[in-house]
Amino acid sequence: MTSVAPGYYLVLAGLMFTIGVVGVLVRRNAIVIFMFVELMLNAVNLIFVTFARMHGNVDGQILVFFVLVVAAAEVTVGLAIILMIARRRNSADVDGVHLLRW
Amino acid sequence: MSLAVIVFGVMFIVALGASLAMLFSPNAVHVALFLVVAQVALALAFLLQGAYFVAAMQIIVYAGAIMVLFLFVIMLLGVDKREALIEPLRGQRQVAIGLGLLLAAEISYSVLRGVHLLGLGNGGSAALNAINQNPGNVKAIARLLFSRYLLPFEATSVLLVVAIVGVMMLARRIDTAAGLFEPRQPAEPSAPIEAEREAV
Amino acid sequence: MTLYRQCASCLPLTGGMIFSWFLNPGWLIAFPLLGAVLLLFFGKRIGRFAGVLASGLLGLSFVLGLVLFGAQLGTAGSQRTAYVHLFDWISVGSFRVGADLTLDQLSIVMVLVVTGVGTLIHIYSIGYMEGDPRYPRFFCYLNLFAALMLTLVLAGNLLLLYVGWEGVGLCSFLLIGFWFERAKASNAAKKAFLVNRVGDFAFLIGIFVLAKAASTLSIPVINALAGPAPPGPAALLHQPLTTGIATVASLLLFAGATGKSAQIPLYIWLPDAMEGPTPVSALIHAATMVTAGVYMVARLSPLFQLGSALTVVAWIGGLTALWAALMACFEFDIKRVLAYSTISQLGYMFLANGVQGYSAAMFHLVTHAFFKALMFLGAGAVMHSLAGETDMRKMGGLRKAMPITGYTFLVGWLAISGVFPFAGFWSKDAILASAWHQGQYALWAIGVGTALLTAFYMSRLYFRVFEGPLLVPDGVEVHDGRVHDAPITMVIALVPLAFLSVVGGLLNLPPSLTLEHFLEPVVGRSEVPAGLTPWFLASLALVAGLAGIAIAYMLYMRPDGQTRRAALYPRLRIPIAAAANKFYVDELYGRAIVLPGKALASFSAYTLDARGIDGLVNGTGGLIAAISDRVRRVQSGYVRNYAATFLLGVVVLFSIVVVRLATG
Repeated sequence: MTSVAPGYYLVLAGLMFTIGVVGVLVRRNAIVIFMFVELMLNAVNLIFVTFARMHGNVDGQILVFFVLVVAAAEVTVGLAIILMIARRRNSADVDGVHLLRW
Repeated sequence: MSLAVIVFGVMFIVALGASLAMLFSPNAVHVALFLVVAQVALALAFLLQGAYFVAAMQIIVYAGAIMVLFLFVIMLLGVDKREALIEPLRGQRQVAIGLGLLLAAEISYSVLRGVHLLGLGNGGSAALNAINQNPGNVKAIARLLFSRYLLPFEATSVLLVVAIVGVMMLARRIDTAAGLFEPRQPAEPSAPIEAEREAV
Repeated sequence: MTLYRQCASCLPLTGGMIFSWFLNPGWLIAFPLLGAVLLLFFGKRIGRFAGVLASGLLGLSFVLGLVLFGAQLGTAGSQRTAYVHLFDWISVGSFRVGADLTLDQLSIVMVLVVTGVGTLIHIYSIGYMEGDPRYPRFFCYLNLFAALMLTLVLAGNLLLLYVGWEGVGLCSFLLIGFWFERAKASNAAKKAFLVNRVGDFAFLIGIFVLAKAASTLSIPVINALAGPAPPGPAALLHQPLTTGIATVASLLLFAGATGKSAQIPLYIWLPDAMEGPTPVSALIHAATMVTAGVYMVARLSPLFQLGSALTVVAWIGGLTALWAALMACFEFDIKRVLAYSTISQLGYMFLANGVQGYSAAMFHLVTHAFFKALMFLGAGAVMHSLAGETDMRKMGGLRKAMPITGYTFLVGWLAISGVFPFAGFWSKDAILASAWHQGQYALWAIGVGTALLTAFYMSRLYFRVFEGPLLVPDGVEVHDGRVHDAPITMVIALVPLAFLSVVGGLLNLPPSLTLEHFLEPVVGRSEVPAGLTPWFLASLALVAGLAGIAIAYMLYMRPDGQTRRAALYPRLRIPIAAAANKFYVDELYGRAIVLPGKALASFSAYTLDARGIDGLVNGTGGLIAAISDRVRRVQSGYVRNYAATFLLGVVVLFSIVVVRLATG
C-alpha cells in the first residue's frame, strides 16, 4: 500500500521533541520533567525508525532497541535519585534546589 | 485517501494531542497517562513504517514497564499534588515558548527542505518490505543484533546490571541522616553486598 | 683619525718602557679611588685611621704628579703631551669611546693644584672633623671627590670628562649635606645638585652637538678640527667644524660651566653650600670643583675661539664678578662672604678666558686656590674655636687671640686684595692686562671696579674679625687674651698655603712669565703688552685695591667708623638693602621657576598619575568587577534556567544548519 512520505513522520517527531523540550523548561515537578525527557526519547525513536525505512534496512530499528534499553536503565536510576531527594525535602519541586548560585 | 494516510492522520493527531495535553495537565498522573497514549500512538507509527518488533517492544517495555515505574514513584510521592500554575521564575515561560516555537520551525524547515538531499529516493520502503517478508523483521533484527552489534548488546546488558545494583544501593531505607554515611548493621544483608559496599 | 692619536699606553717622556706602568697617569686617579672604595666598605673598621689613609693616598697622587711634572720638564715643549688609553669603555657598532687620558701642561697644572691643595685640606680635616660620628665616611667622600676631579682633569674625551663633571657634582651634594640631620644642610645640598643639573643638561646637549658635528668625542681631535688644517697630507682628513656649530656647542658647554663654576645665572647654590663642613668649602667650593668650568674652557679653547662664544664668556665673567662683589659687601656670615668672593674671582677667571688670556686665567686659578683655600681654612679654625659661630658681628680682635690663624689669614687677605707683592697682585694684574690689550676697556673697567670692591669687603671681613678689641660669642673661654687656637693638623695646612700665597706670584712674574710659556704649546700665545703700559695699568689696579682697603679702614677700624657708617647708610639705603638681600635673585627664581615646577609636579602626581593613570587602571578593574557583578546573576541556581540556556544554544546551532540549507 502507498505509505506516507517519511518527511511527515520526521516533522511529527520534531514537534514532539520540541514539546518535550518546552515541557522540561516549564514544569516544576521533577518526575514530570523526567517524563518529558522520555517523550523526547520517544520522538528520537520515531526518527530512527523513519530513517531505517528510508535506508531500507533494519539498522535504525536496532538502534531503537538500544535506546529503549538505555532509557529503561536510566529511568530506574533517575527515579531512585528523585525519590531520595524528594523524600528528604518533602517536595518534588526542582526550584527548591537552588543553593548552587551566585 | 488510502487507508495508510487515514491511519497516519489519526496517529498524528493523537500523538501530538497527547503531547500537548501532557504540557497542560497539572496532575502528574494525568501527565503519565497522556504519555502512555503518546507512546501507543508512536507504536502505531512504528507499525506503519514496517518496524514490527520495535512496535511490540515499545508497548511492552516503554508503555508497559517504564511508565508503570513512573506511576509507582508518583504514587509514592503523593498522587494528588497539583502543580501551581503561576511561574516563579521571571520570563521562563516566555523564553521556553518562544524558543520552542523557533526550534519547531527550524526543525520543520530543515526536514522539509533537506530530506531529499540525502539522495535516498523512494526505494527504502520497498526494500524494507522485502526484508520483512523474507526473512522477517524479527529474524533480520536478530541476525544483525548478534553479529554486527554484538558488542553494544553485551554492553547494554552490563548497563542493566549496573543500573540494578545502583538502584539497590540507592533505595535502601535509611532511618537517620547519619545513617547515610554509616554502613548497615552487621546482622542485616549477606557478605557479598557488604564487600561490595566496602569496595565502593 | 689615527693621525691625531697616539694609541700607545706609555708616555713618550720617560727614559724607557720599564717605568711606564707606574708612571701612568691612571694611578693619579687610582690612589684616591682606592681610598674611597676601602673607606666605603671597611670604613667602620678603619675608624680613626681613615683620615691618615685618605690623606696618604692623595699625597701619593701628589708625589706622582710631581714626578710626572718633572718628566714633562725633561722633554721638549711641543712633545709634552701624552695620550693614555686605559681600556675600551663603550663599543657599540661604530661608536667607540675609550677610557682615554690626556696629560699635557694644562692638565698637570690642575693635577698639582688638586692633589697638592687637596692633600693639605685632607690633613686639615683630620683635626677639624675629629669626633664626628661619620668620620670615615667623610674621608671616603673626599677621596672620591679627588678621584673624580682628577678624572675630569685628565679626561681625553668629552664623555669621560662628563663622568668626572657629574661625579664631582655628586660628591658636592654628598659633602654639603654631610650633616644631613640639619634641614638647612640637606636643603642646600639639594639646591646645589638641582642647579648643577640644569647646567649639566646644557653641557650634555653640547656634547651631543659636538658628537654629531665632529663624529668624535675625543678632545684632542675636536681641538684639532676646530683649529687650522695642519700642513701636509693630513689636510685631506681635516674637516673643519663650522663657526655656527662651534658657537652653539661652546655656548652650551659654557652654560654647564655657569652651573658648575657658579656664574650668572646659576650661582645661587654656592652661598648656601656653605652649610657643609668648612674643609669641603675650601676644597670643593674654592679651589677645585668650581674651577672645573675654567679648566674646561681653557681645555677646549680652539673650539671657543672658532665660534663667537668668547664674548659671552667674558661678559658673564665680568658681570658676575661685579655682582657677587656687591653682594659680598653686605654679608655678615664670614663663610658666605668668602663664597661670594669665590664667585667673584671665578668671574675674573672667565673674564680672562673670554679675552683669550688662558694662561692668565690659569694663573689666577692657581693663586686663588692658594689664598681662598687658606682663608676658608682660617675661617674654619675661627669657627672651630668659637663653637661654630659665623657671624662677624660677634667676633673681634682675633688676631691677637689666635695668632697662627690670624697671621695666615692676614696673608690671604693681602693676597686677594691685590697688594704688591703677594700672589693675587700678579694674577689679577695679568687678567686686567689681557683685557686691556684686547681692547676690552669696558671689561677692564669692570675688573678694576671689582678689584676695589674685593679689597673693600675682604678688608671689612678682616678688620671686623681679626682687628679691634677682643670680642667672642657667649660661652667661649678666653685664657689671658687667647682663645683655643687651631690644632697642629690644621696648622700644617694653613702655613704652607700662606707661604704659597706670598710667593705664588713667582709662577708668572713678568718678564719671565714662566707659567705662560709653559702653557703656550697648549693654549696658544697670548699677547702681553710690553713697555710702560702694563706697569701703568698695574699701578692703577694696585691703587684701586688700596683704595678699597682704605675705605674699609675708615668705616670699620677707626673708632668713629660707626658714626660714618650710620651717616652713610641712609643715603644708600635702597641699593644697600637690595645687595644685602642678594638682589632677591633666589626669590625671583623661586617664583618664576620653582613654584611652577612644583605646581607641575603636583599636577603630574595627583591628577595625571593618581587620578588619571591609577583611575584608568583601577577603573578597568572596577569596570570588570561591575560587569561580573551583573553577569554572575546568570548563575541563578535554577536548573530550568540552565535548561533554557541549553535550548538557546541548540536553537542557535540549528540556525546555522537552516541558513546553510537556505543558501544552498
